Amino acid sequence: MLMSLENLLSDKRSKIIKKWRDVIVETYPGDTQRFLRKEKDQFANPVGYVIAKEIETLYDELIKEGGIDKISACLDNIIRVRAVQDFRPSSAIGFVLQLKMVIREELGDKAPMNGLSGEFRALEDRIDNVALLAFDIYSKCRQEIYEIRVKEVKNHLGKLLKQANLTIEIPEEKPDL
Amino acid sequence: MADTPKPDELSKVDHTPPLFKGWMDTPVEIKPGIYCYGSKPKDLKYVDFPNPRDWSPVDDDWKLPENWEEIVHEGFKDRLDRFRSVKLFMDICVRCGACADKCHFFIGSGDPKNMPVLRAELIRSVYRKKFTTGGKLLGRFAGARELDEDVLKEWWYYLYQCTECRRCSLFCPYGIDTAEITIFGRELTNLLGLNTDWVAAPVANCYRTGNHLGIQPHAYKDMLEFFTDEIEDITGLRMDPDYNRKGAEILFITPSGDVFADPGTFTCMGYLMLFYYLKSLGLDITWSTYASEGGNFGFFTSHEMAKRLNAKMYAEAERLGVKWILGGECGHMWRVINQYMDTFNGPPDFLEEPVSPITGTKFENAKATKMTHIIEFTADLIRNNKLKLEPSRNDNLKVTFHDSCNPARGMGILEEPRYVIKNVCNNFYEMPPSTIREQTFCCGGGAGLNAGEDMELRMRGGLPRANAVKYVHEKYGVNMLACICAIDRAVFPDLMQYWVPEVEVTGVHEMVANALVFDGEKERTTNLRGEPLPGMEDEEDV
Ligand code: SF4
Ligand code: SF4
Repeated sequence: MLMSLENLLSDKRSKIIKKWRDVIVETYPGDTQRFLRKEKDQFANPVGYVIAKEIETLYDELIKEGGIDKISACLDNIIRVRAVQDFRPSSAIGFVLQLKMVIREELGDKAPMNGLSGEFRALEDRIDNVALLAFDIYSKCRQEIYEIRVKEVKNHLGKLLKQANLTIEIPEEKPDL
Repeated sequence: MADTPKPDELSKVDHTPPLFKGWMDTPVEIKPGIYCYGSKPKDLKYVDFPNPRDWSPVDDDWKLPENWEEIVHEGFKDRLDRFRSVKLFMDICVRCGACADKCHFFIGSGDPKNMPVLRAELIRSVYRKKFTTGGKLLGRFAGARELDEDVLKEWWYYLYQCTECRRCSLFCPYGIDTAEITIFGRELTNLLGLNTDWVAAPVANCYRTGNHLGIQPHAYKDMLEFFTDEIEDITGLRMDPDYNRKGAEILFITPSGDVFADPGTFTCMGYLMLFYYLKSLGLDITWSTYASEGGNFGFFTSHEMAKRLNAKMYAEAERLGVKWILGGECGHMWRVINQYMDTFNGPPDFLEEPVSPITGTKFENAKATKMTHIIEFTADLIRNNKLKLEPSRNDNLKVTFHDSCNPARGMGILEEPRYVIKNVCNNFYEMPPSTIREQTFCCGGGAGLNAGEDMELRMRGGLPRANAVKYVHEKYGVNMLACICAIDRAVFPDLMQYWVPEVEVTGVHEMVANALVFDGEKERTTNLRGEPLPGMEDEEDV
């Protein structure tokens, strides 16, 4: 009997997730990788914990064509961290596309054969779409950083002068002269 | 030391030391978002710091003095003689790695050079080459290397990615305090004029005007008057702070951030209200428009500069003839008072050991410095039933408390803030034990790193703290992060906005003032932020 792609992916779930996690962890320097893998406490190692936790959910949602909200939330949790670390944008979100490679490797030549190729292409399309979503989220995080920076400067100067009555505002209504 | 592992427990921990391979061959790349802008020449000139010039950390040429290597060598040697701790910390590290993953900057950035052991190793490697026989003979085999411009740049980059929070020292079986290595390393960079704008400008301003923003005395007074108007709108009562009054019993000094930046301003209103409340009970206190800064940014450049700025507070206390100093909610101000003041400028014999005029409690812990933290003062008032409090006014808040590194780890103020918070609000939730008290995670912006241009650095460094806040937010619905440090109040709103936007930031005395019930006050409908009090949402004048 032929296995559906979804069943095949569920079967290989833990292997694929482990490999996918490795792909992300390997974007960090060697000594950091050891830490990210080994320390399981979510407060001592928030980055490793978030990666491990969120890609599991992300994977499950992806293979069962899950909701966009849940997928966005998972992506946000991972990318929000990577958006402030030493990554070029492509390496910050590249892990999404790398899932294709991981899955292909894991399924071996089983993938395109056995009448799965249509389903398989659909999955890869889905991953492409999630990659686009990841790009949006990355941009949003960067945008937030810039906004915080601007707000910081304004707060330091504007409010201060205003409160000390050292500035004068344009009134709402133009006064009669 | 509540949940801190003992050295013998630590040695039993299953632990593989990191490999630390190849770090010497990874050249430094100074990245935007991580570094702070270089200092301006005018600020260095004003306090006679060396090598004033325009410079930028991303330029190839840092415009170092001709003989910079000699300056560093002499500066290094001199400090090895003067500070036994530095010499010891250079020699005794066994690179076991127990501290490696304890730094919030490493945890948040994943950059191995932010492991405390490697941060120190950047300097230690040069120490070995210059000052140890093994290092001189064996070079890299002994972990030694020459100091050149690239190494200097690497020092600078990572010395200004350490908030001197001392979390790492808690886990070192030898008690090595990497914060002290950073302090020492920054002194060396200071000798070459490699200061940051966000440290050098506040230093010059504090030295000249008395506070880090350069606010002149009349503007300082205007701000407090402005708060007085606000408080009158809310309570119907007019606080009457006085300034620079000779012969007052107590001088109050707080970080200027409380006077000029939200949300610290609400805490400042809290101080004003507490003092007014206590006036009829015998409090005789004055504000100074000259000693208008409790914070000491000098501490982030050199011990000498910290001493000069610290001296200003005590000079003002002497000029006014007060008996003792009460200090506001601040972080590194207390580190300087508690650990350094007595050596810098002590003993201040013209002052007396602080005694609460309301309760008669002697603050024996402040015998040497004659300066008491307001959280201890207020906790003592509550314990002696001197304050009438209505905690339900803070019922809109679900509060958690961040132990600021300096008061908590640096001087053991752990219980007082919790005691005060629990008396002024009904909903209090602790963050997980490994992230509070002595083990608290830094806000990510201490030691002069709370500039705007290094926002990515701050977001990384604050990640472990924000992660714990997020946890209690999701678990208990926490919506307010309380702290007793002005740097925290400046740093956390940004940090929360990025990581946990549902959580706001407050000082403890803001909540105290909201709960404080005055005789003759009008029925309050809003809190100090002008938000409706719980149950008052429909009142007209809200
Ligand atoms: S003192 Fe704090 S910031 Fe500096 S290395 Fe240690 S843990 Fe990191
Ligand atoms: S500083 Fe202490 S904990 Fe860190 S590597 Fe050295 S000996 Fe070990």
